[in-house]
Amino acid sequence: MKLPAFDYACPTTLPEAVQLLASRDDAKPLAGGQSLMPMLAFRLAQPALLVDLRKLSELRAIRISDKGVALGAMVRWRDIEDDERLATAHPLLKAAVAHVAHYQIRNRGTVGGSIAHADPAAEMPGIAVTCDAEIAVVGKSGAQVFAAADFFQGALTTALAPDQIIVEVRLPPWPKNRRWGFQEFARRRGDFALAGAAVFYDEGAGGKAINAHVGVIGVGDRPLRLDAVEAVVNGQAIDEATIARAEAAAAAAVDPQDDIHASAAYRRALAGTMVERALKQAAA
Amino acid sequence: MPVRFEVNGKTVEVEVEPRTTLADCLRHQLRLTGTHLGCEHGVCGACTVIVDGAAVRSCLMLAVQAEGAEVVTVEGLSNDDDLTPLQKSFRKHHALQCGFCTPGMITTAHALLSEEPDCDAARVREVLSGNLCRCTGYISIVEAVLDARAAYRRDDRTQNKP
Repeated sequence: MKLPAFDYACPTTLPEAVQLLASRDDAKPLAGGQSLMPMLAFRLAQPALLVDLRKLSELRAIRISDKGVALGAMVRWRDIEDDERLATAHPLLKAAVAHVAHYQIRNRGTVGGSIAHADPAAEMPGIAVTCDAEIAVVGKSGAQVFAAADFFQGALTTALAPDQIIVEVRLPPWPKNRRWGFQEFARRRGDFALAGAAVFYDEGAGGKAINAHVGVIGVGDRPLRLDAVEAVVNGQAIDEATIARAEAAAAAAVDPQDDIHASAAYRRALAGTMVERALKQAAA
Repeated sequence: MPVRFEVNGKTVEVEVEPRTTLADCLRHQLRLTGTHLGCEHGVCGACTVIVDGAAVRSCLMLAVQAEGAEVVTVEGLSNDDDLTPLQKSFRKHHALQCGFCTPGMITTAHALLSEEPDCDAARVREVLSGNLCRCTGYISIVEAVLDARAAYRRDDRTQNKP
């Protein structure tokens, strides 16, 4: 478990970091390293150059405004946990991040690192997709903004070009009375979830759900929005009957694969259960 | 490449390859073998050290990233004169069997109690969930950490420092 050999650079400005990434064929940015370091240990990644982003303090800000919540790429889970403004500015984000990894990893793991790593069971990509986040990046040809839905292309695969660095993840504004729920199931708290669900909706006339967003993690090769479930929820009162229909629709909408952790059938059922529990939490 | 940081209050300067983890640097170059390596890929928590006040896994950090940081290892949480309250509590509660995971348990617990001396059992369990003990002594470890809280609540915390 010794890491492969690589060169190391620790730039102090973003343009310098971009230039370094573009300078070598197999250069990779290093954020918190909590996914990349294990990848190196297993030699799943063997970059020629690591460009450490730790001195780019402009990437550490959490900005909250009427445009929503902007998380700098180097914001750590710990920072989100400690930021009391987020309890009202984005409670779904805060609840989801409470499930990310263990104590020591939370002190180093970052928003940008998780988005770039794109583990299909990771919470942050799931929240980005569920909430229609924008992912702002810079590269040698300048700045670019991706919709989260277009950014994740498969397991550990994203639209990020080798010379691009994630700068910020922008979550749209969160209305005060929005209903939300986040649920996931992992065999050990802090481990990657076998499945998880993030849901939110607003209440329209008569308390019926509008603008429903339903996302799931851990049941496909990337985080997914489930249109079929949203269609079941929109326009309905979120009662037991609606929740039961949503659960069935979620299980029908996902197509998980067997792996060493769980069978496809189990994960399919679990996706339904997570959506059911998240909706119950939202409606409570 | 050269890297300079502080370990247990002393400034050190070492020459490392970029690929050297902080854990290997501490053990091999600085001979601080109290930091144990279990899995070497960020799962077991045995290699936990405290960097700038925060518990981190030293196998998931490069030595070169420690440049300018203040690192505390398990050696920095003891002194030659007496056991610290946390050490006493581990002994009292039989919170170790083989002892391999203990350095990570001690550093993690110290970081937690320094920041949250009033944490409850659920919080202790949540935090220690990142540290594997294969002798499965978790109940006694949790009890030891809970029992040590009182020492961290005092205004004069010096007795927890070496």
